[in-house]
Amino acid sequence: MNNYVAVIGLEIHIQLKTKSRMFGNASNDVWQTSPNSITSPVDIGLPGALPVPNKEAIRYTQQFGYVLECTINKQSKFDRKNYFYPDLPKGYQISQYDEPFCSNGLLDIKVNNQVKTIRIRRIHLEEDTGKSLHIDGRTLLDFNRSGTPLMELVTEPDFASADEASEFAKIIQEAVVILGISDADMEKGNMRLEANISVKKQDQSDLPNYRVEVKNINSFKFMRNAINYEIDRQIKALEIGEILNQETRGWDEKKGITFIQRSKENAHDYRYFPEPDIPPFVFDDEYINELSQNLPKMPWVYELELIESGVNEPFANQIAHNQEKNQMYLQLVRENPQKSQNEIAKVVINRKSINEMRDYLNKQLDQSVSSKNTILTEDQILAVINIFPDAVNDLKAGKSNALQFLIGQIMREHKGQVDAATLPSVLIRLIGGSN
Amino acid sequence: MNLHNLTIREIIEGYTLHKFSSTELFAEILGHIDQNETKINAFITNRTTEEIFSDVTDNLIAIPIAHKDIYSTQGIETTAASNILKGYIPPYNATSVKRLSTNNFITIGKLNCDAFAHGATGENSDFGPTLNPYDLTKTPGGSSSGSAAAVAAAFVPVATGTDTGGSIRLPASFTNTVGIKPTYGRVSRYGVIAMTSSTDSIGHFTKTVWDNAYILSKTAGFDPLDATSSHEPVPDYLLEIDKRINGVKIGIPREYLLNIDSVILNKFNEAIDILSHLGAEIVDVSLPSTEYAINAYYIITPSEVSSNLARFDGIRYGFDRSKFGQEAKRRILIGTYCLSAGYYDAYYLKAQKVRTLIINEFKNTFKNIDVLLAPVSPIMPPNIGELTNDPLKLYMMDVLTVPVNLAGIPSLSVPAGFDNNLPIGIQIIGNYFSEKLLYQIGQAFETETQYYKQTPKITERNNE
Repeated sequence: MNNYVAVIGLEIHIQLKTKSRMFGNASNDVWQTSPNSITSPVDIGLPGALPVPNKEAIRYTQQFGYVLECTINKQSKFDRKNYFYPDLPKGYQISQYDEPFCSNGLLDIKVNNQVKTIRIRRIHLEEDTGKSLHIDGRTLLDFNRSGTPLMELVTEPDFASADEASEFAKIIQEAVVILGISDADMEKGNMRLEANISVKKQDQSDLPNYRVEVKNINSFKFMRNAINYEIDRQIKALEIGEILNQETRGWDEKKGITFIQRSKENAHDYRYFPEPDIPPFVFDDEYINELSQNLPKMPWVYELELIESGVNEPFANQIAHNQEKNQMYLQLVRENPQKSQNEIAKVVINRKSINEMRDYLNKQLDQSVSSKNTILTEDQILAVINIFPDAVNDLKAGKSNALQFLIGQIMREHKGQVDAATLPSVLIRLIGGSN
Repeated sequence: MNLHNLTIREIIEGYTLHKFSSTELFAEILGHIDQNETKINAFITNRTTEEIFSDVTDNLIAIPIAHKDIYSTQGIETTAASNILKGYIPPYNATSVKRLSTNNFITIGKLNCDAFAHGATGENSDFGPTLNPYDLTKTPGGSSSGSAAAVAAAFVPVATGTDTGGSIRLPASFTNTVGIKPTYGRVSRYGVIAMTSSTDSIGHFTKTVWDNAYILSKTAGFDPLDATSSHEPVPDYLLEIDKRINGVKIGIPREYLLNIDSVILNKFNEAIDILSHLGAEIVDVSLPSTEYAINAYYIITPSEVSSNLARFDGIRYGFDRSKFGQEAKRRILIGTYCLSAGYYDAYYLKAQKVRTLIINEFKNTFKNIDVLLAPVSPIMPPNIGELTNDPLKLYMMDVLTVPVNLAGIPSLSVPAGFDNNLPIGIQIIGNYFSEKLLYQIGQAFETETQYYKQTPKITERNNE
């Protein structure tokens, strides 16, 4: 079974938190409002009502594309995707077919310490549908969600595991929250995941000729479970000689299985054509350049900057991806300009409250003011002692002359300009010897 | 004096000189409608006298208007002349309805038309055909059948219509009325039930050219609720409307004169002579893509129709899809086919390419001439029932009007005389946003011919 590899692509839908809807002027803030109480003629597709595109939503989408290194297309348009569904009030969804706002992006993910670049095929914009509520054998329709701006990101099939797909989706969620364009709250349906999964023999160079789409997954955990289940199911099917087909499946979290929703034969013909109610867009260089001004820094960019400023990678990663820790980190860096950023980062990661961190840093400061010499970072210390593994082992074994030896080596390496007072305790903690 | 025969211009003058009051005018007009509406069937919905007078009594300069029943009117049933929308009361007004009502136009009712504006005779209405006030055995043309007939019958001095492929100009030419198909995007489409979103144009019927220019100046202009409406400033259409047309270069597209009824051709040639006499320079021009326009139109239109009518899916609005009429079903089927995978390129995409050719041809032609002059209909008004079982022949009635819609340019239909008491019209076609020039030429022609004074004798005919 080990000679199979998974080929996975993701489609991620994200509701944008604009003031008004994608094409109508009803408020976009509808969480926990009574059904059908917040609508406009446009959002419920009344005869004669016309869509006017929300510039803010388009801008959000393009900014998102910008931070994901996409091409922001100078020409773009909306199209009609025609299909029947009770909660689709116009009988078509305004979406984008062949000219999305953004295409060809890239995002690095790190899984098991391996960096992998995921290609993003496109990011387009569309309108959300209403909601069907199935209650007591009846179906009720709520159009409050109808017309909510919905961004869809489609990746290339670049993931080989559930962990990779999940890591990517988490970064995407974080990015839209930092950009302030979506709450991306999966429980509220702000962010929805779909995975396209297939498997192939390791030595097969081209992509499999089928893919199974698992729709409407509303948590990272469910996505991992669904992907792992599918990989397993598909390998088993191929092993017994089954031919797998293009199909859409759902995920039943209770049973822990996927189930078929639609086979290839029943696939929709959406009869896409350019939306005649909305003229095509042409964006000039000035507009596109202006888009990227004053955008918040993305965590993956920030992480690299932290590493460059001397922060160890694991600390940098945690600070870059944790807003709360980052705030404390930045505060403490301002308060302690004389300290190394890595030292502060370490304290921030290892202590809970900012007061605890402050106390710890001040204590260190008290010890160091007594000396005119600098305090070495752990990295600097490790860099020296790693050259002397025997002495390290001796220290671990409790030989105190090994401690003196290592201190001597460190002092020599740094030409005596070191505050030796803290070195013994630091060394013992780093090496873990009994003193 | 019959107040109902007054033009908007005469009504405004009458109010200014205190010749009559708005309540007198409305009372007389409503009486006239009461007496004659059953012969014409111009209306689908009539507001009650009480409703109308509650609007009129406070308004000393009120002008009566009626809207084609595909215009959304807040609180007034809007059916699109289809049973599938029967009982639908819009919660909002179309932009043009709103603009007209703030300009003292009082809605007296909603006008009959082909269901969802699909048709050239008005006979596709689920509320019975509208009859031509000049001859009750004839159709008034469509799809804005009720609008044309209501103005011709002097039920209202002005009515709204829509022109997607000729639905204003054709009935105007059959009823001795003036009909404008403005530049696409000149008047907001917001609130007007869509037929073919990319060609739907919002326009008006009036008795005279001046009236038509007056009402367009109220409805034209950018609307933030319609993304396809234009920011182009609206000129003062009435200023210089009497300007002489010396030296105006009028092109006669020879492709528009093929297979035309000879009596129409005679009147058309007469019109050329009159305009030439008024100082216009007449030039022969060729628009060779014209012959493909009708084919392209009858692919693009059903394609968009199939999508636009998808919202009537039986979930909302009360009725299921069996309430669609034959023509709507036909267009939904053709359009769904044209947009389907495997056929899209051969039909829809190809038709759009033809459209581009037609646009370029018009643009090039307007480099050398100011306007084009053409007949509106290739045939005289058919008898009621004559063509109802021949959809292809009906489609061919649009042959001289659809190129303008595909290109999005404006065209003004003006009366050009009569044959055997039946009206004949001509259209003045202009470049984008040239409505002002069209009105000047129309005004010069009308001042010379005064055909609008020849009103129909509905009452006499009824007594025959």
